[in-house]
Amino acid sequence: MTTAPTTHAPILQIDTVTRVHGTGAGEVHALRGVSLNVNPGELVAVMGPSGSGKSTLLNLAGGLDQPTSGRVLVEGVDLVGLGNAGRARIRRTSVGYVFQDFNLIPALTARENVALPRELNGEGPRAARAAAEQALAEVGLGELADRFPDDMSGGQQQRVAIARAIVGQRRLILADEPTGALDTETGEQVLRLLRTRCDAGAAGVLVTHEARHAAWADRVVFLRDGLVVDEAGYDDAAHLTAAGAAYGTNPSPGGAG
Amino acid sequence: MSIRQAMLALLEQGPMYGYQLRAEFEQRTGATWPLNVGQVYTTLARLERDGLVIGEGADAVGHLMYRVTETGRAAASDWFATPVPREQPPPRDELAIKLAIAVTLPEVDVQAVIQQQRTATMRALQDYTRLKRDGRAADPQAPEDLAWSLVLDSLVFDAEAEIRWLDHCETRLRRAAALMATDGATASTAHIPTAPLTEEAAR
Repeated sequence: MTTAPTTHAPILQIDTVTRVHGTGAGEVHALRGVSLNVNPGELVAVMGPSGSGKSTLLNLAGGLDQPTSGRVLVEGVDLVGLGNAGRARIRRTSVGYVFQDFNLIPALTARENVALPRELNGEGPRAARAAAEQALAEVGLGELADRFPDDMSGGQQQRVAIARAIVGQRRLILADEPTGALDTETGEQVLRLLRTRCDAGAAGVLVTHEARHAAWADRVVFLRDGLVVDEAGYDDAAHLTAAGAAYGTNPSPGGAG
Repeated sequence: MSIRQAMLALLEQGPMYGYQLRAEFEQRTGATWPLNVGQVYTTLARLERDGLVIGEGADAVGHLMYRVTETGRAAASDWFATPVPREQPPPRDELAIKLAIAVTLPEVDVQAVIQQQRTATMRALQDYTRLKRDGRAADPQAPEDLAWSLVLDSLVFDAEAEIRWLDHCETRLRRAAALMATDGATASTAHIPTAPLTEEAAR
């Protein structure tokens, strides 16, 4: 069904999760029994209109919200059984978040923003900054480590946010409309970074309403009214269409002479 | 298609033979619109008949070379100077026709039609995106590679537009179903999926 490596357990397991807000007449079913596994090396996109449950799903995956029923496991750890402190620890060590509006702290440099989750996790400032520099280099911003967010373009700020999400080898990346505030080409750079990180073994969940961006994922899940209505999987063997295969050809310039 | 004009324009770079023209065309367009060599030579023969190119005979290894004439150059400039017209009536769009028929037939599950189509189109979009991500379109250096990556973008935007339209249809059909349910017309719309709106609408 999917192309994900099967030799490793899923990094994210969402098992028959429901989420109900309110009670009685005001009851809103944000999710109605959704299951989703994301394996190492896999990027999964979640699409759907506003109110379909996309953000609820992401918040549950990141331990920011609790399911009404069902289970959420990150690297095999059941978030529901953890309690608040335990969930906060998982968020610092295993889960990286990328938001539409970057959510960087304006008073901190790029390096300090990226180092922050490490320091909050008890790491010494020197080690945290070294890790931050490595993450910034990975997103191509090694030179701008001393800049403040306000002195950077939107695309650069989002790359800092991605560095913050991946620093310290966190293996689950949750991205909520990360390209929403960016132009097409800058948005593609951001997707390329997410993709690269997943290709290197992380698991990613990308919430987006743009099909063009969802297409960077291995699988695309469509949510509607809290239910998965369909799913498009990319499978090299089965789904590379004849047309796709043809585009892959690389005609040699100038022909045979 | 506008193979004639494309070939004329390519020949402005200098005399070429058929295989060469095809390679130049496909370098810019991938194999999105494959050309066979027979087609290329037929087109060259017609262009020669119309005085737009001239056969220069065989080169040292026996390739039949063609070069563009002044009339041919003028035709190529005309092509660039004139917008491509929208076809009138528009070309038949099988998907639009299928949905237009489906929404009027109670026994068709329109929701399923939309979902299947969206999944299939998303897969095609994933194919195009892979091609944009890897290979020579990923980081285009030569103008021909940039050209090809723009052709891929065009396929991407087309597929995206189709998915957006399908989402839009889905939303409108659900809203229509909800409205009809409020009006008490239920039997004839039972095949249209109902939105949670109907829960509020029902007393």
